[in-house]
Amino acid sequence: MSSGNGSYRVIGTRPRRHDGAEKVTGSAIYGNDVQLPGLLSGFILRSPHAHARITSIDTSEAEAMEGVFAVISGKDFPEVADKIADLGEGAVNLSYLSDNVMAKTKVLYKGHAVAAVAAANVHIAEEAAAKIKVEYEVLPSVTWVMDAMQDDAPLLHENLCTDHMGEKDEKPSNTAVHMHFEKGNVEEGFAAADVIVEREFKTATVHQGYIEPHVSVADWTTSGRLKIWTATQGAFTARQQTAEVLQIPISKVVVTPCEIGGGFGGKIAVYVEPVVALLSKKCGRPVKITMTRADVFEGSGPTPGSFMRVKVGATSDGKLVAGEAWLAYDAGAYPGGMIGPGCMCVFSCYDIEHALVDGYDVCLNKPHTSAYRAPGATQVAFAMEQVLDEIAEQLGICKLEIRQFNAAKEGVRRVDGPVYPRIGLVECLDAVAQSDHWNSPLEGENRGRGIGVGFWFGCGLKSSVNASVNHDGTVNLTEGSPDIGGTRTSIAMQLAEVLGIDTFDVIPQVVDTDSVGYTDVTGGSRVTFATGLAAYEAGLDLQKQMVIRAADLWECPVDEITVEEGEFKGAGNSASFKELAQQLFKDGEPLVARASVAPDCATNGFAVHIVDLEVDPETGKVTILRYTAVQDAGKAIHPSYVEGQMQGGAVQGIGWALNEEYYFNDDDTMDNASFLDYRMPTMLDVPMIDTIIVEAANPDHPYGVRGVGEPPIIPPPAAIANVMSEAISKRFYDLPMSPPKVWKALSETS
Amino acid sequence: MAKTVLVTTTINGESTEFLCKPRESLLEILRNKLGMTGSKEGCNNGNCGACTVLIDGLPVDSCLVLGVEVEGVEITTIEGIADIGQLDPVQDCFLEGAALQCGICTPGFIVAARALLDKKPDADEQTIRFDLSGNLCRCTGYDKIVRAIQAVQESN
Amino acid sequence: MPIVFIPAQLKSLTGGVSQVEMEVDNVGQVIEQLEAQFPGIRDRLCDGDQLAPTLQVSVDSSMGTRGLRTRVAEAQEVHFLPVIGGG
Repeated sequence: MSSGNGSYRVIGTRPRRHDGAEKVTGSAIYGNDVQLPGLLSGFILRSPHAHARITSIDTSEAEAMEGVFAVISGKDFPEVADKIADLGEGAVNLSYLSDNVMAKTKVLYKGHAVAAVAAANVHIAEEAAAKIKVEYEVLPSVTWVMDAMQDDAPLLHENLCTDHMGEKDEKPSNTAVHMHFEKGNVEEGFAAADVIVEREFKTATVHQGYIEPHVSVADWTTSGRLKIWTATQGAFTARQQTAEVLQIPISKVVVTPCEIGGGFGGKIAVYVEPVVALLSKKCGRPVKITMTRADVFEGSGPTPGSFMRVKVGATSDGKLVAGEAWLAYDAGAYPGGMIGPGCMCVFSCYDIEHALVDGYDVCLNKPHTSAYRAPGATQVAFAMEQVLDEIAEQLGICKLEIRQFNAAKEGVRRVDGPVYPRIGLVECLDAVAQSDHWNSPLEGENRGRGIGVGFWFGCGLKSSVNASVNHDGTVNLTEGSPDIGGTRTSIAMQLAEVLGIDTFDVIPQVVDTDSVGYTDVTGGSRVTFATGLAAYEAGLDLQKQMVIRAADLWECPVDEITVEEGEFKGAGNSASFKELAQQLFKDGEPLVARASVAPDCATNGFAVHIVDLEVDPETGKVTILRYTAVQDAGKAIHPSYVEGQMQGGAVQGIGWALNEEYYFNDDDTMDNASFLDYRMPTMLDVPMIDTIIVEAANPDHPYGVRGVGEPPIIPPPAAIANVMSEAISKRFYDLPMSPPKVWKALSETS
Repeated sequence: MAKTVLVTTTINGESTEFLCKPRESLLEILRNKLGMTGSKEGCNNGNCGACTVLIDGLPVDSCLVLGVEVEGVEITTIEGIADIGQLDPVQDCFLEGAALQCGICTPGFIVAARALLDKKPDADEQTIRFDLSGNLCRCTGYDKIVRAIQAVQESN
Repeated sequence: MPIVFIPAQLKSLTGGVSQVEMEVDNVGQVIEQLEAQFPGIRDRLCDGDQLAPTLQVSVDSSMGTRGLRTRVAEAQEVHFLPVIGGG
């Protein structure tokens, strides 16, 4: 498949999104907007303790309350086998999933769900929940990853032993997995190095911070099918997870993905769906639960905190020769965190001949972790990019040049083994070198400029679409990728391009699991790439059908029909797509096309960010003065939405760098579970985010698309940390670099 | 049991009556009683602005206003920012400038931005950012939102 | 004839051998041949008759989508990697 190099009619333009009018007028239906006759409201009771055995639950008083229709607890859930399922985006242990949805015998973090109530309104539900009597035997708890790895740490799972790629230790541990990767011989590599820098880093737990809390609605049909409306990044994975937790066939479940208010990886695992399903089953009424904001922080899936040790050696010319990393990541309450990609990404931006990585997935009394955009990559970039900067400082080499010198390119082997195909990091670094930002002077005290680099795989996975032609020549396109950032339009544009029609003659709809073929999640930077590819192929299918029908209509051989820019010609006739569609409607089969894809490649996205900032020595506050995000998009289908991903990810990363963290009390409960104290960037905290889109076409997509959603979150903490050393001659090895820490460091050095 | 209260108010130019308990917020009433789901619940404690409405022209977080407090006031919600079938220039510029991704914060921003531009039509970038810092967005990084608001200013 | 890379964590089973060139059609056959050469390695890579759910196979620059049936005959390199989820 070659990537188009020529100019496009539709691709690269910036049409208004198809769902835009609904969204700017407030009429789009998100999960919490779903209204059904007889709808009840639910509330989830959660553990106040970070670690405890549940000794008894008495729901009788709650059940007796007026206005209460159903109460459930862990005992209402069927037993789920301890089996691992492939949910299309990583492997999930189903019994852990079920236990996380509602605790059975133990609570493993403050906020762990223990019971739920369905009532006439949410206030009654909340009051009833308070009347559920739960007795706990409180156990010691642990929330720092290094403490959790100790032999005497409180154990979360009595039967969990460390897995070393299929071989398990004998002794139970909180460390669920140990991974190990090697390339070359690091001893040789370090022996040849002229300079070696080794540093230790810590990062705190952070949350994706989507503005819409988790919300699901459940209703059972008379024939026994479960209907779910939910905020999810993947209706099909939500269906599968819900069916597994409830132990019912997936054919009995239909999930409608509502418009979704942000996900970033945090709305892939199910939390509320099985709960509302069971409540609804018990009382025979539809039930909706919206998580409170505190529950979102304490009861959904923040991303791992970490401890990292990274050591890199270079020769005096700046060539990196050896890298070693020791990484311990939170898994949260259950195994299955993001240590894998962390290990694979730590050295992934550079060509290093010898490398060794050890990574540990560690259970501790925090909510089970979820992906936050590029899971596990931001943490290691914070470490590696600083070590690289320090090497550059020691060798007196420009920080951009050392990256250009060592940049990964086609043919470079990653520490985990695969060799890169055509990638665009070099082009991104060149774009930085030529950018106005990099070449503008920056003066003033306590100011500095830095860069950070990030890599994310970007996956393919499965997508299905249907395309059917309306007799007015427009095309209905049904697809199964929840639209979190304008993708229904980017996908429609790819179909419009191949058919030679206008973007608004394609009517895209995101539909439920009954209405389209299996489609994997909106995540992993895959939708514009993979669902777009499916739309492209459906377009080719449609075009082929119309060619055959045109030949029949115009009574000539099929190979005499040509199609150019949507115009069909043959035997002296010609018709536009619309004209032909209108003619063909009159007799013969309706024009319906389909495509399903499972592209097996990664799209390999690289991002480089430049940041100028200023530190206020009196308060420790960091002001971002100027920010430029450079990223290889392969091909920007709709540039505004590519820019949007870059800008959004950059600002999330700025928050991660400068302020966001879970504060834990002495009893390991979260102290700041609100937007007031879990301080995300507001409009006032950031400047304009300039963007430079590099297009090093992806050979595996007809338009050259690479996934763009995840890489932008990786560079910011790294770039900002690198600037701190410029601005105030102080390096920070802990995230976040929040004002109290910066102020303290400054007052210690002055 | 708390007494049910009858409240008479004006919403989007229309006189409206509803019954509520004292503890019910304006946001709940708009969404659950009056079927106006355009104002969104993001945090329910006044920290995200997704529920922004105007009361007598001033932007407020409707989750922090009790239903019983709006007797006799004039409320404007996202549903009333423009006439049916029309778009306010703020809405239009948001669409043109791709100033939304998931869209959950968008109604709140549009209401707040409308109020800002009505009061300070020539607000500079810093004033825009300061006055709208009570509206959180997690998707866009704010860049295109600011530019959309500036585009409204330029078109005037 | 692909070169199959032995995961670093399994080198204790292979006496340090890190790559094996072999003539095979699919990943299942790769594992069979590895097992014949290095007994015990199959249990580390498989869960019953499936590829371990925590693993995926990289075949040159592609990720295998058919588990043990993933074709490798025309490939140059085969690697066993952790499954990656995105966000």
